[in-house]
Amino acid sequence: MTSRVFEVFRRERAGAPMQHAGSVVAPDARFAEIYAREQYGRRGESEALWLVPREAVGEIDEFVDEFDLKYRRVDGYSIKERLREARARAGTSLRDLPGGR
Amino acid sequence: MTSRIDLILTLADDELILGWRNSEWTGIAPFLEEDVAFSSIAQNEIGHARALYELAARELGTDADALAFDRPLDEYRSAPLVELRRLEWARTIARHWLYETADAIRLEALQAADDPELAGIAAKMGREEVYHRIHAEMWIDRLLASQEGRPRLDEALAELWPYALGVLDEDLRPELVRRVEAKLERVMPAVEPIGRDQHEAELAELLEEMTMVRRSAPAGAQW
Repeated sequence: MTSRVFEVFRRERAGAPMQHAGSVVAPDARFAEIYAREQYGRRGESEALWLVPREAVGEIDEFVDEFDLKYRRVDGYSIKERLREARARAGTSLRDLPGGR
Repeated sequence: MTSRIDLILTLADDELILGWRNSEWTGIAPFLEEDVAFSSIAQNEIGHARALYELAARELGTDADALAFDRPLDEYRSAPLVELRRLEWARTIARHWLYETADAIRLEALQAADDPELAGIAAKMGREEVYHRIHAEMWIDRLLASQEGRPRLDEALAELWPYALGVLDEDLRPELVRRVEAKLERVMPAVEPIGRDQHEAELAELLEEMTMVRRSAPAGAQW
């Protein structure tokens, strides 16, 4: 039996991001649709699913950091207040941005 | 008993018994995804049976569980097709497809009939059965395309064809022949239908197992 792996993404509710749910093994895309529907949708846990053949997924698994640039990480460093001040100085605010609140 | 109640119980018994038979694959289907899908289909069939039993129970002044579990064997109206115990995948798929094809014809007729309540429930069932039928037809395509699958499917269809004809009455039967022949692209043999005037021997075992918990529970037990 020849089978392919399909990665399944699901959206829990309108507006939520698509998140990886798992995968199904199926002989073709039509079977994958049925299997994904049953495994990730039959209990009302999803409002949409994406199916992606695994071979269509691009993978990056090497992240070169030869010079140990730890300062790029901002762990434990709160920038929220400083960003707010910077925005005030520049006369911009989130409200002015498209889709801003 | 009215012919309307008789019709509702016929549909309900078919769905209950087939749902039970299909659920016998839970945990042992050919692969995991199919296990989940086929178990889900079995649960849907039993859900349809429950809705139909509830409809009949309201008119008969009883409840769905009593109709599903407390009747003597000879009052079940299920077709022998759904009673057969054939724990072999080609036969399971052949029966699944033959039943879903026949069921679609029956549900279409109900939706067109002059009974809004039954038409409504048939429409609701139909919306789930669409996926069952897609699933069944994909399997038929897949087996037909396989050197190993095709002869096994043909053998199963040969055995089950008289049973499939017995699911529908004389008015609807020709449409089943038409749809099956169109899908298989060959002429099916003209055989005598195995209809609802008899039960398969394995129905007794199934009812014994199916009603075991109910019979053992004290009266008034709540679940």
